[in-house]
Amino acid sequence: MFDIDKWQEIFNTIEKNKLRTFLTGFSVAWGIFMLIILQGSGIGLQKGVENQFSSSATNAIWIWNGQTSKPYKGNKPGRLITMKNDDYDFLKTHVNGLDQISGRYHVWSNVLAYKKQSGSYAIRGVHPDYQEVEKLTLLNGRFLNENDQRYKRKNVLISKLVGDALFKTEDPLGKYIKINGIPFKVIGVFVDDDGRDDNMQLVYISIATAQTVFGGERNIHGMVVTVGDANEKEAKKIEDDIKTKMANLHRYDPEDENAMFFWNSVEEFTKFQKLFASIRLFIWVIGIGTIIAGVVGVSNIMMIVVKDRTKEIGIRKALGATPGSIISLILQEAVLITAFAGYFGLVVGVGLLELVSDYIQTPFFREPEVDVSIALGATLLLIIAGALAGFIPARRAAAIKPIEALRDE
Amino acid sequence: MIQFNGIHKSYQTGNNSLHVLKGIDLKVTSGEMVAVMGSSGSGKSTLLNIIGLLDVHDSGDYYLDGKLVKDLNETKAAQLRNKHLGFVFQSFNLISFKNAVENVALPLYYQGVPRRKRNKIAMEYLEKVGLTPWADHLPNELSGGQKQRLAIARALIGNPKVILADEPTGALDSVTSQEVMELFAQINKSGITIIIVTHENDIAHQTQRIIRLHDGKIEKDHKNGHYFHHSEDEKTV
Repeated sequence: MFDIDKWQEIFNTIEKNKLRTFLTGFSVAWGIFMLIILQGSGIGLQKGVENQFSSSATNAIWIWNGQTSKPYKGNKPGRLITMKNDDYDFLKTHVNGLDQISGRYHVWSNVLAYKKQSGSYAIRGVHPDYQEVEKLTLLNGRFLNENDQRYKRKNVLISKLVGDALFKTEDPLGKYIKINGIPFKVIGVFVDDDGRDDNMQLVYISIATAQTVFGGERNIHGMVVTVGDANEKEAKKIEDDIKTKMANLHRYDPEDENAMFFWNSVEEFTKFQKLFASIRLFIWVIGIGTIIAGVVGVSNIMMIVVKDRTKEIGIRKALGATPGSIISLILQEAVLITAFAGYFGLVVGVGLLELVSDYIQTPFFREPEVDVSIALGATLLLIIAGALAGFIPARRAAAIKPIEALRDE
Repeated sequence: MIQFNGIHKSYQTGNNSLHVLKGIDLKVTSGEMVAVMGSSGSGKSTLLNIIGLLDVHDSGDYYLDGKLVKDLNETKAAQLRNKHLGFVFQSFNLISFKNAVENVALPLYYQGVPRRKRNKIAMEYLEKVGLTPWADHLPNELSGGQKQRLAIARALIGNPKVILADEPTGALDSVTSQEVMELFAQINKSGITIIIVTHENDIAHQTQRIIRLHDGKIEKDHKNGHYFHHSEDEKTV
C-alpha cells in the first residue's frame, strides 16, 4: 500500500510545480486558519460574558429603593420609597422559594487608614448570606457571620486591593484599621473576580454595624435574594410576588416601575444563554461558509491542475501508466497538499490565538481557545473535498484515450 | 509481429461519420523497418495509433506479437504498451518539469523498477543517444534534435519489440533529421521493429519497405529498392 517510489514521484512533481502547490495549499490553509480564528474568538467572547456572570449569582433578584412616579391612593408621585430592616424580615417570612437573602447598606467614600497608609473606599453593609450572592472568593480569614450581625461587631472584610494598599507586605488578618477614625478588625481578605475594579474598591462590614456606626438607623439601600434552582418562569413568578407584596407594603401602584427597581438575573442569564446559542450558531454558519469556500477553492484548483496536466497524463499513459496509477498519483498529491496546508493553517491559527490571548484579556474577551476536534474535523473535510475534487476530473482525464490527451497541444 | 485483417475505423463528429480506415490488411514482421506514407487525412496517423493501442479499431482483427487485441480495457492496454511498444512523436511529448534522466526513466517507473536502478539504466540509454552531458537538463533547455533523441531513448528503455514514430522528423531540420534516422537504423539493426509515419520521401526511402495509404486504403506496399537490408523475411502483402 505504501509505495515509496510513488511518493518520490509525487514529491518530485510538487517540487517542480511550486506555484500550483502553493495556490492549492494556500486556499486550504486560509480556510482552516479563518475557522480557527473565528472559533477561538467566539469562545473568547462567550467566556468573557460568562465570566461577567460568574462574579455574582445567576439565580438572584436584586431590589433597589426608588421614587414613585404615579399617584396612588391619595399619595402624590415623587415619594421616596426606602426599605427598612422590617422589609428584610418580611421577605424572609412572607415570600416562598427564597434561598438566601441579604440587605445592602452603602456608605460612599470613607477614609480607611492603617498606620501611615490611608485611602478612600466604599463600605457595604451586608448580611452573612451575601458572600454566596456576590460569589466572593476568600483569600484568607472568614466572611461576616451571624454573630457579627447580632452583636454589631466592628469586624471588616477587605478586598485584596485595599489590603495591598494599606498593608503593603504585612499580613492584614487580625490587624485593626481605622474607618473614618473608628477602629475595625480585619477578619478576612476577598477578591471579586469579575475583573471590574469598582467591585474591589470597597470593604464589607455587617449591615447592623453599618447602620449603627454610620447613622443608617434601620434603613436599607437595596436587597438581594436568591431563588435556588428556579427556572426563568418560576423566578419571574417569585419576582412578581415580591413586587406585589412590596407595593402593598409601601402603598404604591403595583404598575409603577420607578417606585422600586428590580433586576432578575435568572431572566438576564437566560437571555444571555440564548445570546450565546445565537453566537455559537453564527460562528458555525460562518465557519461552515469558510470551509465551503475552501472546498470550492480546492476543487477549482484541482480541476485546473488536472486540465493543466492532461497532456502529461496522455504521455504517461502512452508510456504505460494505467488509469488507476494516474488517479492515485493526482489524488495522493491533492491529499498530501491539503493535509499539510490544513495542518499549517491549524498551527498558525492556534499560535496566533495563543499569542493574542496574552495581550487581550478584557472582561468581555478572555481565554480564546479552539476545539481541536472541530479543527481536525475541518481539516479532514477539506482533505476529503480536495480528494473528491481531484478525483472527478482525474478519473475523466484517466479515461480519455491517450491519443486525445496527446492531441491537446 | 503485427497483423491487421480488415481493420476499419471511423470517427464520429457531430452527425457526420468520418470513415478513416476502410479495411486495412497488413503484416509487419519482426525486425522490419517500415515507412507509412500518405497525404494528410489518408489515415496514416490513425493506423499508427491503432497499432500503438492509443486508439481502438471498430472492426477487423489485430494481432500484436501473435495475440489477438480485443476488448482491451485501459489498464490492460497500458500494460501492453509498456511491455511491447515505444513511442516517438513529432512534438516529442517530453514531460516539461522532469529532467532528461527522469523523462527517459519514466517507462521503467511504470514497470516498477526502483528509482536508483531506473536512473542508472536511463543514464546508459542517454549515453547511447549521446546526451550524457545533458542528463540534468530540462527539455526546454535542449535543441529539437536533442529532444527527439531523448524521446527515442525513452522509447527504447522499456525494451520494446516495436517502436512507433509519428512524423519523428517533422519538427527537425534536415541535418538533425538525418541524425535521427541514423539512430533509428542503428536501433533497427539490433532487431527492433520500427514503423515510421512520414510524408517526407527522403525519410521514407531510408526504410526497407514503404506503405502508401490513400483515402483509408493501402494504395501501394513495396520493398524499398534503394535500401539494402538484412531482413530474411521480404514478404509483402
